[in-house]
Amino acid sequence: MTNQEIIAKLPYSKPFLFVDEILQINENGVEGTYTFDGNLDFYKGHFKDNPVTPGVILTEVMAQIGLVCLGIFLLDDSFSTTTSIALTSTEIEFLKPVFPKEKVTVISEKVYFRFGKLKCKVIMKNEKGEEVCTGIIAGMIISK
Amino acid sequence: MNKEQTIEELKNIVKPYIQNQEAFDVLTEDTDFINDLKINSANLVDVILDIEEKYDIVIDNEAMERMINVKAAMEIIENKLSEKNS
Repeated sequence: MTNQEIIAKLPYSKPFLFVDEILQINENGVEGTYTFDGNLDFYKGHFKDNPVTPGVILTEVMAQIGLVCLGIFLLDDSFSTTTSIALTSTEIEFLKPVFPKEKVTVISEKVYFRFGKLKCKVIMKNEKGEEVCTGIIAGMIISK
Repeated sequence: MNKEQTIEELKNIVKPYIQNQEAFDVLTEDTDFINDLKINSANLVDVILDIEEKYDIVIDNEAMERMINVKAAMEIIENKLSEKNS
């Protein structure tokens, strides 16, 4: 499966697709990027006249690249439109703010994929290469 | 395998994942991981991985599906340990 095919299989669309590019992917992990569109709706209110990317959105970017892209790659042919995906836990530290138009890189390392549960150690970096958030994310990805 | 000791070991394994302290305090062989202890299905995977590590055994999908309560967990551990030592 090519990186483009993985992105095409993601069950998200605008304005909630937070993956631009997969740089590399293998059975042990994934690295991908996303650039925050300055017109995203939440910037109007978070915060008033001072747009900063909300932590929940950073978490979502980490989960979409670090967990869902990797999950689709790992399931390979058994991934389909009937596959259930759910986020089950997050434990994340937020170290630096991320502003509109910033490009971030997510690096995810698989801890395990057993019984449908994928757990990863995930780091997000900004364009300067600084860590902006880091943590552990887990989800269930089950093909019926 | 000593039954009381195994129950005690299993209690230590499930402790971080339980959502019902009262059921945990009176845990017996018949205690159900999901219905009594309210362990969610994602955390049940961690319980099983912790059991694998503690007893140095490998639990397959079929055993995972049967592992619904303390009694079933003890049986599976015992079977896997005897398979390993035979």
